[in-house]
This record gives sequence, C-alpha cells and structure tokens, in this order.
Amino acid sequence: MNALAEIDDLHVSFGGVAAANGVSFTVERSELLALIGANGAGKTTALRMVAGILRPDRGRVLFDDRDVTALPAHARVRLGLGFTHQIVRPFYSFSTIENVMLAAGYARTASPWKAITSRSRMAARDKARAILERFGLGAQAERSPRALPLGQRKRLEVARAIALDPKLLLLDEPLAGLSSAEATTMADLIRTLSGQGITVVLVEHNLGEVLRVADRLVVLDAGKVMAQGAPSDVMARDDVRQAYTGVV
Amino acid sequence: MSAYIASLVSVIGINLILALSLNIITGFCGQVSLGHAAFYGLGAYMAAYLAKLGAPLPVTLLAGTAMAGAIGIVVGLTSLRVRHDFLAVTTMGIGFVLLGFVRKQKWLGGELGISGIPGPGLDAVSYALLIVAFAAAVLAFSLWIKQSWMGFTFDAVADDEDAARTVGVNVSTYKLVAFGIGTALAGTAGGLYIYFARIILPDTFDFVQSIAILTMVVIGGTGSVWGVFASTVVLTLLPEVSRAAADYRLLIFGAMLMLVMRFSPGGLAGLLRKPA
Repeated sequence: MNALAEIDDLHVSFGGVAAANGVSFTVERSELLALIGANGAGKTTALRMVAGILRPDRGRVLFDDRDVTALPAHARVRLGLGFTHQIVRPFYSFSTIENVMLAAGYARTASPWKAITSRSRMAARDKARAILERFGLGAQAERSPRALPLGQRKRLEVARAIALDPKLLLLDEPLAGLSSAEATTMADLIRTLSGQGITVVLVEHNLGEVLRVADRLVVLDAGKVMAQGAPSDVMARDDVRQAYTGVV
Repeated sequence: MSAYIASLVSVIGINLILALSLNIITGFCGQVSLGHAAFYGLGAYMAAYLAKLGAPLPVTLLAGTAMAGAIGIVVGLTSLRVRHDFLAVTTMGIGFVLLGFVRKQKWLGGELGISGIPGPGLDAVSYALLIVAFAAAVLAFSLWIKQSWMGFTFDAVADDEDAARTVGVNVSTYKLVAFGIGTALAGTAGGLYIYFARIILPDTFDFVQSIAILTMVVIGGTGSVWGVFASTVVLTLLPEVSRAAADYRLLIFGAMLMLVMRFSPGGLAGLLRKPA
C-alpha cells in the first residue's frame, strides 16, 4: 500500500441515525488532507473512527499496511496515529511541560513494568522543552494549562501529540474558537508539520485557512464522501458549494 | 519496648500498610474505593486458615497477599466500566458481598471468626519490628512508584482517562495494576494482623474499617505518601492518648473528614503545599 492510511467503507449509526454511511478515502504520505463538510456531515465521527475512539459498525481502517480496526485508541497512538480532541484536554494537574513530557516519554509508559523501572525524566524534559519552544510555548513551560489562553492550550494539545512522534496526526477543529490571527498562526504551524514529513488529517470549519494550507480535500455530506481532490477542483464543483455553503 | 508499646507500634504499622496501599489505588490512580477493608480481611482469612493448618508465616503472608491481589484485580475490572461515584458505590457493595459471604461460612468460623491462630514464632517486640519493616518497605515502594514513570502515568489516569489514551496510555492496564498492587498489600496487612491479634472476627474488616482507612488517606492528602504517613500515625495514636477520642472515634473521624473536605481538600499535604 502506498497510501499511509486507507479508510474503507466505514459505517456507524447512533440510535438508528447513520452518522457515517460508507465513508472511504485514502491518506497519502506527507500530505495535509482536510475533511470538510457542513455540521452533521460526519467529519468528527469519521476522524474518531480512524483514531479508534469510536468503533465502526462496519468497514475497516488500514494504517501503515496494517489493519487497525480492532485496535483501541492507545494502541493506535503507539503505532504512530496521533490525535487531538475538538475540545482541548490538557492534564490540568500537570504543568505545561509535564503535559508534553508524558507524551515525550511514551516509550517508558508502554507497559507498567517499564514505567515502574524507569525514573529519569531528563530526556523527556529536554525533548518536551524543545517542542514547546518550537510551538512558541517555551515561556509557559512551568505554568498550569489553566493559566494559558485558548490559543496556547490548542497549541499545547498539538505539541503533546507531536511529542509522540506520530506518522499521522488527526486534528479535530484545531482552529475552533481562535481569533483570526491565532487561527492563521495555528494553520501555519500545521502546514509546517506537514512540511516536516508528518501526515496530517484536519477536520476544520475555517474554510479560508483550510483552502490556504490543505493539499487535498475530502468533502463529507450526510455521512458519505461527496467529493475529493485538489482544493481548487473540489471547491469549483457546484454540488460541493451547494452542500457546504448553501450557495451555488 | 514494653508489650503495650509493641502493640501500639504493630497497629500503627498495619494501619500504615493499609492506608498507603489504598493511597496507591485512590491517591495515585484516582480510583475511589470504599471496600478496602474487604481485601485486608481476605488476606487475614487466607493467612489464618493456612496458619491453622500449620503453614509457616512466609507462606501464609504470601498466600494472603496473592489472594487479596487476585480478587482485587477482579474487582478492578469494575473500574474499567464505571467511574467516580459509581465506582465508589460498586467497591462498597463488593465489600459487603465479601463480608456477607465470610459471615455465612462455617469453615471460616462464621460470625465468630477464626481463633486459636498460632503465634508467629517471634516475641511481641520482634514481631512489632517485623511489621515496622514491612510498613517501611511499603512506604519506600510508594515513594518509588510516585517518582517513577508509573506514578507519572497514574497521575495522568487520575487526571483525565481520555487524555491519557491520547498519549498512548493503556488506561485499563494501569488501573488494574493499581488495584492489584493496592489490594495485595492490604492482604499483606491482613496476614500480619492475624499473628498480632491471634483471632479474627468479620467485624474487623467491615465498612467502618474501610472508611477509617479512607479517612487516613484523605486527611493526609490523597496521593501524598508523607501526608498519608503522618495522618495514619496521628489518627492511630489519637484514641490512645485520649479516652474521649477512643469513645468518639467515628464521630471525630467523620468530623475531620468533613472539615478537610470543606477547608483543605488536599489534606495535610495540601495545607503544606505552596499555592500554585
């Protein structure tokens, strides 16, 4: 398989309502793929199934030449499939740097035995500090995430995911709630990650930023893939404009 | 050391093992348990039964530890399905079930428990020192866990299980490990207790005992090894230094719990910690 991930015919229903109704698409290596669609189109549902947070009723997820459909989220993370939540979920009892350190030391938490026989946090702290500097959070390292504004907490969430050395990063609305300037900064940051060889799948409503940074779009509508391809080609389609913006 | 002091030291040591073991489950890993005394009882009954059959102390202790730990892991499985107050009620219920089972077993002495347990083969002072050695080992083990990556990971699980999964933590395994270690150590405390008391009664391991252990943890500061150490020593000695404290033990423990919850939810450790 040349693609890094292959999402094949995913179905899931909630109380008889189909949230995903045969979602299929591929994710090529090193690309920045954006999943877009109107509210309720099934974007987050699809992303959660790829991440392993949600179990599909049918279909499969192939990642790096391996069927990961039956694997739980934490096991997929260890294979290189990182993700961030739509609503930021830092560990509030940790400092900012400790949030990233726990992820940076993921090899030490692979099993309870490794965890109980490992004490040094120096290497993880150094790695975490370097990542925080990269994300413009170096000065906030020792502060509680509670003290950070939303934009910085969103960056912390992505920084924590990056510390896991992911091959594929799934980002669920990382620009939501940010000011225009913050959204641009975050979008640039995500573009940078993609440029560094990390494949990114982005679910996002901010169409302007999506069109600016994405390599490819997958448009979902009513739990199905409506269109996919280069942003300019996809957005030129009348059915996409109709479904997504309500304007032809 | 007089026999009275040896007895007091033994009780403090056993209570320390109990409180520190619950602290691993509730303080480190954030899993509330209201049935910890049941595992203390499981270890005690297992050890007493074997001791009566003539098994030596190391064997009875190991068997009590293993028995409590094994059942503890099974009980820990419930923590994978329920959280917070639901888990608290579930563990309380499991405590009642285990105690109710023991009370109806003639081969375990029923309501009268097991008496005539042979001695440990040590005099009272030496045995008290053995208990202290065990308590010191559990204290050192707790400190080790706290400073290791296991402690770091337990903190993450206690903080936010879903976020822990996003950093690759197998939350279920870590929760089971916390239950396994904590309940096994409670079983060790039970095994040590039988050679000290030489008789065990079901009431020794009831819900009130679970709450007493939890009080020691909460007042010390859940998750704080030294806080739990200090509160356990103080709360164990309190009834000894004051007759009134002995008579009104439950009332005092309850009042202290309420005051701590209201004014310092972080317990003694929280009071000493600098504000963030």
